[in-house]
Amino acid sequence: MTGETVLEVRDLHTHFFLRRGVVQAVDGVSFSLRRGEVLGLVGESGCGKSVTALSLLRLLPKDAARTVRGEVVLDGENLLDKSDREMRQIRGQKIAMILQDPQTSLNPVFTIGDQLQEAVARQNGAGRGSVMQRVVDVLRRVKLAAPEQRIRQYPHQLSGGMKQRVVGAIAISCEPQVMIADEPTTALDVTIQLQYLQLLKELQASTDMAMLFITHDFGVVAKMCDRVAVMYAGRIVESGPVREVFDNPAHPYTQALIASVPKMRQEVGLLHTIEGQPPALSDLPEGCRFAPRCEFAEARCQAAYPDTFHAGEEHSASCWRLADD
Amino acid sequence: MRRYIVQRLLQGVFLVLIVTTIVFFLGRLTGNPADMVLPEDASEEDRQEMIETLGLDGPVHTQFFIFMGNALQGDLGLSIRYRQPAAEVFFSRLPNTMKIVPATMIVALVLAIPLGILSALRRGSVTDRFSGAIAVLGIATPNFWLGILLIYLFSVQLGWLPSARMGGFTHYILPTITLGTFLVAGFMRLIRSSMLEILDSEFVKLARIKGLSEFKVIWKHCLRNALIPVLSLWGVFMGGLVTGAIVTETVFAWPGVGRLTYEAVIFRDFPLLQAVIIMDAILILFINLLVDILYAYVDPRIRYT
Repeated sequence: MTGETVLEVRDLHTHFFLRRGVVQAVDGVSFSLRRGEVLGLVGESGCGKSVTALSLLRLLPKDAARTVRGEVVLDGENLLDKSDREMRQIRGQKIAMILQDPQTSLNPVFTIGDQLQEAVARQNGAGRGSVMQRVVDVLRRVKLAAPEQRIRQYPHQLSGGMKQRVVGAIAISCEPQVMIADEPTTALDVTIQLQYLQLLKELQASTDMAMLFITHDFGVVAKMCDRVAVMYAGRIVESGPVREVFDNPAHPYTQALIASVPKMRQEVGLLHTIEGQPPALSDLPEGCRFAPRCEFAEARCQAAYPDTFHAGEEHSASCWRLADD
Repeated sequence: MRRYIVQRLLQGVFLVLIVTTIVFFLGRLTGNPADMVLPEDASEEDRQEMIETLGLDGPVHTQFFIFMGNALQGDLGLSIRYRQPAAEVFFSRLPNTMKIVPATMIVALVLAIPLGILSALRRGSVTDRFSGAIAVLGIATPNFWLGILLIYLFSVQLGWLPSARMGGFTHYILPTITLGTFLVAGFMRLIRSSMLEILDSEFVKLARIKGLSEFKVIWKHCLRNALIPVLSLWGVFMGGLVTGAIVTETVFAWPGVGRLTYEAVIFRDFPLLQAVIIMDAILILFINLLVDILYAYVDPRIRYT
């Protein structure tokens, strides 16, 4: 079901240059996305997931953030070399994105139809009548009830779940090759989360697009993703097929994360927690960034950042313990 | 919407009644108006005669009911100085004020909106700091001083522009600058701060994700939202302009309601002063109603609740 590589990210470094110092939000991230595949990007808040996504689209605030190194290759072309005008062509056409909070991601003073029309109309200029028809069609694809009425309504007249469907419709309206979903269900009601995830999965499967799914929820990863990459303090520490990583986590951080997920069929007293805090991204340690919280930490972990080791088929992790195997 | 307007109008009537009452009794607090009108060497007979002509005989509450009764019929008394109905005098001056107010408003907005947006987009730049300094100056400079300074420079020293009275286009320049400086400063700072907030919002991020041009992101998605708080300030400024051009109209001898107010005070024309204040109150109520209707137009969240 998975095909050729659509998007390849190599050694991406995005830093924030603030008055109090340089924040290395993304510090050497590499991954690839294949057609028809969902890659989960997992990690706790502030580990650089969203900054990675926005770096791909080059939508970080220009005055503070800069991608200092790396490549983002789409269709054989490096997006980091594109002009602003070329980049606008790529956004919404080739790469689309769903933001986290549907309550704030639609403009309150324009109708649903108007905001969707802006996305639809960019695709091959056609008459106004047919644009509105396509708007209604795309709302039907995200299973929004009564789309003809919805297009005349304003965001505040829709529920959170409905708004997120509209945001989804905006994303798929141009049939992108890559869809980035940045915690798309975090702000939704639990009952609606599952419906929305199913919808995304269906849309992804039917269009065969590649999806980068950002989340902090391992349960969601299991439902949605084919492969998963675990991020910690600006770097990917482990990546591999979802089943493989779940059954056989190689990095102590992944192990700890999986152990912290509550299980339905198990009596637990206290949930597993990871002691301590992630390091400040403006003051990173020399060696492994997880070492201060790691129960297996040794001298070599403090001395140098671990290389990436093979841990199974298409499965790799950055931990010195794997060097011994 | 219609129901809302009717409701607001009824509230307005009630407010005008309160204003009228306050105006009436405040006038009486300053002593017997007849003494203020008469020259110092007037005889006691003259005084009694004046009291009768002005309807000041009889207890205060009877005077009040007569005044209210007349006011409700549109009769706000005779101006002592003009010997005409006070309301008529007001309406003969209103068009002159209405000539200068829209001109000032348009100039102020045309300058303030782009400058505010520019300062927000280039926060911390030279443009931003420069317009910030101009704004502080604009807010801190008193009208009467700026007006006199402009007259001194452009009329007296350079002789380029007329210093007073109504006339052709050139007569509008100095009064408009004098009245408008404060407005430009206020609008510009407000637009800057609301733009900064909106530029940071998620829907602007999504507009960019859609691949919209920066022009569309700023002038469509941001501006419409940034104008919502500006509208409230517009109402306040508009009321201030119509009624508060007192100083500017006096400095430039502009025959509008502001100057009329000044004259009514100077010449102790108390029926005229009462009339001016009551009419101003009504005007401000209408401006506020207009702002609320415009609000509903700009912000659909208000329209549908």
